[in-house]
Amino acid sequence: MGILLNILYFIAFIVASMAAGWLFRAVVIAVFPGRIAKEMRTAPLTASFGLFMILLYIIVAVFAPWIAPFPETEIVGREFQPWDSDNWLGTDALGRDMLTRMIYGARNTVGIAFATTTLAFVMGAILGLLAATVGGWMDQSLSRSVDVLMAIPSLIFSLLLLTIFGTSVLTLIIVIAIIDSTRVFRLARSVSVTIVVMDYIEAAKLRGEGRWHLITREILPNALAPLVAEFGLRFCFVFLAISALSFLGLGIQPPTADWGSMVKENATLITFGDITPLLPAGAIALLTVSVNFVVDWQLHRASGLKE
Amino acid sequence: MSHIWSMIAQRLALGLLTLFIVSVLIFLATELLPGDFAEEILGQSATPETVAAIRRELGLDQPMVIRYVQWLGGAVQGDFGNSLANRRPVAELISTRLGNTLFLALYAAAIAVPLSLALGILVALFRNSAFDRIANASALTAISFPEFFVAYILILWFAGAGGYFPSLSTLRGDPDLLEKLYRSFLPALTLTLVVTAHMMRMTRAAIINLLASPYIEMARLKGMNPMRVIVKHALPNALAPIINVIAINLAYLITGVVVVEVVFVYPGLGQLMVDSVASRDMPVVQAVALIFAAAYVLLNLAADVLSTLSNPRLIHRR
Amino acid sequence: MRNSSLITGGVNRRGVLKGASALGGAALLGPMGAKMASAQPMRGGTLKMGISHGSTTDSLDPGTWENDFTNLMAYTRNNYLTEVAADGALVPELAESWEASADASVWTFSIRQGVQYHSGGTVTAEDVIASINHHRGEDSTSAAKPIVEPIVDMRADGMNVIITLAEGNADFPFVLSDYHLAILPSVDGAIDVTSWDACGPYALEELEWGVGARLARHEGYWKTDRAHFDAIEMLTILDAAARQNALISGEVDFIDSVDLNTVHLLQRAPGMNVVSVTGTQHYGLPMDSRAAPFSDNHVRLALKYAIDREQIVETILNGYGSVGNDHPIGPSNRFYNTELEQKAYDPDRARFHLQQAGLDSLDVDIHLADAAFAGAVDTGVLFAESAASAGINLNVVREPNDGYWSNVWMQLPFVATYWSGRPTEDWMFSTAYSDGAPWNESYWSNARFNELLIAARPELNEDLRREMYFEMQQLVSDEGSTIIPMFASFVMAHSDALARPEVIGANWRDDGLRIAERWWMA
Repeated sequence: MGILLNILYFIAFIVASMAAGWLFRAVVIAVFPGRIAKEMRTAPLTASFGLFMILLYIIVAVFAPWIAPFPETEIVGREFQPWDSDNWLGTDALGRDMLTRMIYGARNTVGIAFATTTLAFVMGAILGLLAATVGGWMDQSLSRSVDVLMAIPSLIFSLLLLTIFGTSVLTLIIVIAIIDSTRVFRLARSVSVTIVVMDYIEAAKLRGEGRWHLITREILPNALAPLVAEFGLRFCFVFLAISALSFLGLGIQPPTADWGSMVKENATLITFGDITPLLPAGAIALLTVSVNFVVDWQLHRASGLKE
Repeated sequence: MSHIWSMIAQRLALGLLTLFIVSVLIFLATELLPGDFAEEILGQSATPETVAAIRRELGLDQPMVIRYVQWLGGAVQGDFGNSLANRRPVAELISTRLGNTLFLALYAAAIAVPLSLALGILVALFRNSAFDRIANASALTAISFPEFFVAYILILWFAGAGGYFPSLSTLRGDPDLLEKLYRSFLPALTLTLVVTAHMMRMTRAAIINLLASPYIEMARLKGMNPMRVIVKHALPNALAPIINVIAINLAYLITGVVVVEVVFVYPGLGQLMVDSVASRDMPVVQAVALIFAAAYVLLNLAADVLSTLSNPRLIHRR
Repeated sequence: MRNSSLITGGVNRRGVLKGASALGGAALLGPMGAKMASAQPMRGGTLKMGISHGSTTDSLDPGTWENDFTNLMAYTRNNYLTEVAADGALVPELAESWEASADASVWTFSIRQGVQYHSGGTVTAEDVIASINHHRGEDSTSAAKPIVEPIVDMRADGMNVIITLAEGNADFPFVLSDYHLAILPSVDGAIDVTSWDACGPYALEELEWGVGARLARHEGYWKTDRAHFDAIEMLTILDAAARQNALISGEVDFIDSVDLNTVHLLQRAPGMNVVSVTGTQHYGLPMDSRAAPFSDNHVRLALKYAIDREQIVETILNGYGSVGNDHPIGPSNRFYNTELEQKAYDPDRARFHLQQAGLDSLDVDIHLADAAFAGAVDTGVLFAESAASAGINLNVVREPNDGYWSNVWMQLPFVATYWSGRPTEDWMFSTAYSDGAPWNESYWSNARFNELLIAARPELNEDLRREMYFEMQQLVSDEGSTIIPMFASFVMAHSDALARPEVIGANWRDDGLRIAERWWMA
């Protein structure tokens, strides 16, 4: 019976998600006429569900102090209280309201993940495109330095760097961004190397366009699709990096709420079948899936397939 | 073909340079960490006299450059020295653990690579169907869970009281291959779940990227079976990015699994590296870092050679 | 589920005191413990243990032993001159008897005849001297160097070892039970720190650092009523969840440390027994008494009244412990001060002391890592919440676990620490509170305290000693520079496959680290 019930819940969840996606799409089309509505019409249900969830996360993150029932760090009761009308999702290991921590976690975690991934992409993509366009010694020196950085396992490398430079949020963002940017660099470079030899680039060069124009106007738009796809996954890896670091005793400073550390703090409960740690982990998963649904939609549009 | 050999030679030379720079970086980073071996090994019991005595005995009171050059001198002759902590030769400390690490990595790869290729091809074939969405969403959900959490869930389901698999994969008492496969099934499965999504999505993306090209259009217009179009025509041209992402994930399976090792008490290199960094046991840190770097360099090289071989235009370059 | 021996709160403290005879043992077990003890110890079986420590960088050198894996293996493989019994009393082990000179500065130990090493040789007085000498001298790299520092001379006289101390110490035989001071075979006055040989209840068969060890019973072991298991398996399982899983799935019979977040769930699992003992282990928050603002005792008192000890014991220890009173002497110690007023959370009083210090509010950083003790960072978070209502703005800075003891502890002004505690008052106070001691983590210096410490050390009159130690506890509590909010129990768990004696040791984890020779299969 248990398994059947679970399958039923699962189906209900999918149906509800699709309904939310459909409703969201309908509302957007109705409210925003013109270009947005036209784009939205092409979105499959999964993508509009993804967009809806991302919007929801953003709202929760921005308005966290107004939505959350309690202050971020306040101890409202005993530790590990069950779900009730006061604490909808119970309390955590220190007796803080779980729902509040989740809501503030959205703000901190998504903020940090977004900042880190953006930084990594800006650094990685610019250097990668530069290496591909300029070529020669520039390409060699950048590629070899990135090889060196990538040859050191990222978890151990970030452990070393964070221990040396301290564990403030800013260092955390910079360290993870630098390590991530090496992966972005490789991708950006390998994609643009094939673009650089295309005839239209040659033509642009003959026209006398500057290097900056070449990169931003000619190469980048054509290299965007795989970069966007990578963004969807990298975004999620930042949560995981923070979580793995807190497994090793580093990570975000307390008492700041963040999902990665929350999974770690409560993880042992899962061995007794208690689902508390599934809440932050589920929040991460839902956001990852949503982001990637949207990415899939955009990729599909970029691929030019008509089905 | 000859330029492939010259490429391999050139890349191996560059790889050696990479290893050298990695060893310098790791040495510097470990030096920059607060505390040295003498202080870390004594921990709360460190007193200035004892710390000084340990430094004298192990030559840690010498300048950094001299210690590095001494280490390098031994390393180029294949002598990685002794562990500072228990004075055993580093080669001896590492050999069994390296074997274990490679075993687990191959085990996980043997499940994950065929699985993600097959799934990637299938979701590309049935793109945008419910199957595609669910396979994608499940794979993404699996990678958005931290590794240790995936491990705990698997233990809850498959181990525990009266479970099917052991929750510890200690490999004690020299088990035979079958027993080894049985005992390390859960860590291998955990790693499979962690790496599958990345490879599957890349396979899917690489194939779909080609489906709008004129030659695929042509094959389809001729009425070819869609599965055949993908496997015969699209896949060979999509191999390069797929091989690259497989190489990256294999490197990860060798170098990045410390968390899984800790949860399943699997005696691999990751835990050795973390322990040695924690106690600033420089010879061991260096040796493990070099193994990791070499694995990365070699896998990358293999990936590049294979992608070249998969592309006739690159083999028969004009 | 059977849960014995929960020592929390006032009621149980009285219980401990009642049970603590002569030298104050702390293991107080419930009715189940008594029933289990009535069973006759059974010989045979393999004890499989999951240990929360152990690193690939451990070694066989006794001077490097420092974690619960090396230390447990130390008492499983080795014998010592003296033993702290489960009830806390000091009993003979390799030393059959001992006597002191009138000023407690010259000690004569008579060594037991015919004790065999695993390899077959017998323990000699020369071995004893070589084993202790390993930790002495300028070139010694041993972590135990400070505790054998007072020894100025050692000589053998037949099977007697005569040890001369720089100054009298009535508790000296206790020192010789320390886990570093294992008695090992010697050649030409030196022990071989790589040898597997030893004279304890079990002999090493397999050993891989950071993974585990297997030991087999030493058939020639001289204690006939101990060492019931045929073999011992020790397994390093660092991850708390993995450890618990291994116990529940039956892969080990005993785990030395239980995740306090889920201990209530483990208790409910069938066939699981949670054992806890409160001894001398305590967690502290030392402040550098030389640095402003902690140089002002009013600031220190303000902080002491701004911490909610009851809440911390409830939340961080899940109730498995008792509140501390800012001095390191536990209820199981011989001269525990029963007349001292217990400090409690009192924001008004904290404010009062702040005003006395001339402050309206206080902003301080506290540097914490879970390397100090499990839950150190969370303790800081709770402290910050309770201190806020006393006008103290406590900023919790999480430091990396890596390098904590060399980079943060005793380096930054407000940190966290843990002590397993010491069996005697003198040992504890001289290690961490006396002026100039290497581990005086708060850099506290109090003339009256130091005077009393030196006066009490060689004193053989119990009443005079009690009086002095009472006053010293008062001094540390009211003027000391360390907040000690809690005494943490050792919380272990075992399956029904194991049986244990009625009283278990509280001086260390794992029945005083002697589980291998004291427990048996059920």
